[in-house]
Amino acid sequence: MNQALLDKIESEQFRKNPMEFGVGDSVKVHTKVVEGDKERIQIFAGVVIGRRGRGLNSTFTVRRISYGEGVERVFPVHSPRVDKVEVERKGSVRRAKLTYLRKRLGKGATLVKEKEGRTEVAAKASGPATPAPAAASA
Amino acid sequence: MLGLLGKKLGQTRVYDDKGVLYHVTVVLVGPNRVLQCKTQESDGYNAVQLGFDDQKEQRVTKPLLGHIKKHNGAAVKRIREFRDFSLPVKPGDVVGATIFAKGDYVDAIGVTKGRGFEGVMKRHNFRGGDASHGAKGWRRRPGAIGQRLFPGTVMRGMRMPGHMGQVKRTTQSLEIIQVREAENLLLIHGSIPGSKGDYVVIRESKKHPKSAAKEAKK
Repeated sequence: MNQALLDKIESEQFRKNPMEFGVGDSVKVHTKVVEGDKERIQIFAGVVIGRRGRGLNSTFTVRRISYGEGVERVFPVHSPRVDKVEVERKGSVRRAKLTYLRKRLGKGATLVKEKEGRTEVAAKASGPATPAPAAASA
Repeated sequence: MLGLLGKKLGQTRVYDDKGVLYHVTVVLVGPNRVLQCKTQESDGYNAVQLGFDDQKEQRVTKPLLGHIKKHNGAAVKRIREFRDFSLPVKPGDVVGATIFAKGDYVDAIGVTKGRGFEGVMKRHNFRGGDASHGAKGWRRRPGAIGQRLFPGTVMRGMRMPGHMGQVKRTTQSLEIIQVREAENLLLIHGSIPGSKGDYVVIRESKKHPKSAAKEAKK
């Protein structure tokens, strides 16, 4: 019962509309910044290089190259200060954590292959074998 | 002096309306039953006796049950008196989380977790010995405990290994982050003594009493 109460307190604070993005995606994170009395939106754009934690404690890390210097920022998924996350481009990666990007310089550090092409091919190949998605679209 | 008996449920984190994250201890503080009101005339001092955690009547000793029945309360596991209770209550009343409000400061009194027999490093924060430079068998020892032939004795109160924990401790001046009336819960900023499920006393802060906070707001 005690744990249930704690879970309830935590789940009340979850984001109403869950953010949908994955590791490798290029995203724009809109954060609310309070300056004096005013509140404005600041955008941090980069590549998601990892997600960690569960429930209220989950966070994600965004990496970008800013003036030639690699910058990483960790955002709590459920923080009210994170307004929204826009996905610019879906990435296709084979790792859960993209720490290898830290070693890369220049273009390689920002580029993660796009997913679109691959998913189309995959859909065509597996189309007849999986009737469920076809039925859903029809 | 306001106060409540409660039970520590655990710790979690909550965001406030500004988006600031606080680590909080969740404490179940109700229902607290008013069992007796002592007054200057009849008892020589003013106090309110509160009972917490309802109990089967058969589990309470008969003398205690007689006392509870006399003031038409219910059988409870824990009883405590609070001197000069600053709310007008009478025996039979039920009080809960709502006697405190968000932003109030409280003290939490509880019994710390028992650690058993502990060495000086954990118990008294000694440094221990060197980890290298040829140190052998001297990593967690207390070092010297006295002088020479004079005074020829170990000073009283010398800190040594021994039993640690399971003593009453008070954590002062903790802010209340949330009051949840429906579940009778208080969310208190920071940690409080004891393990999950332990009984604790939540009392109006001695250093930041409620009345002072109200005057400051005015």
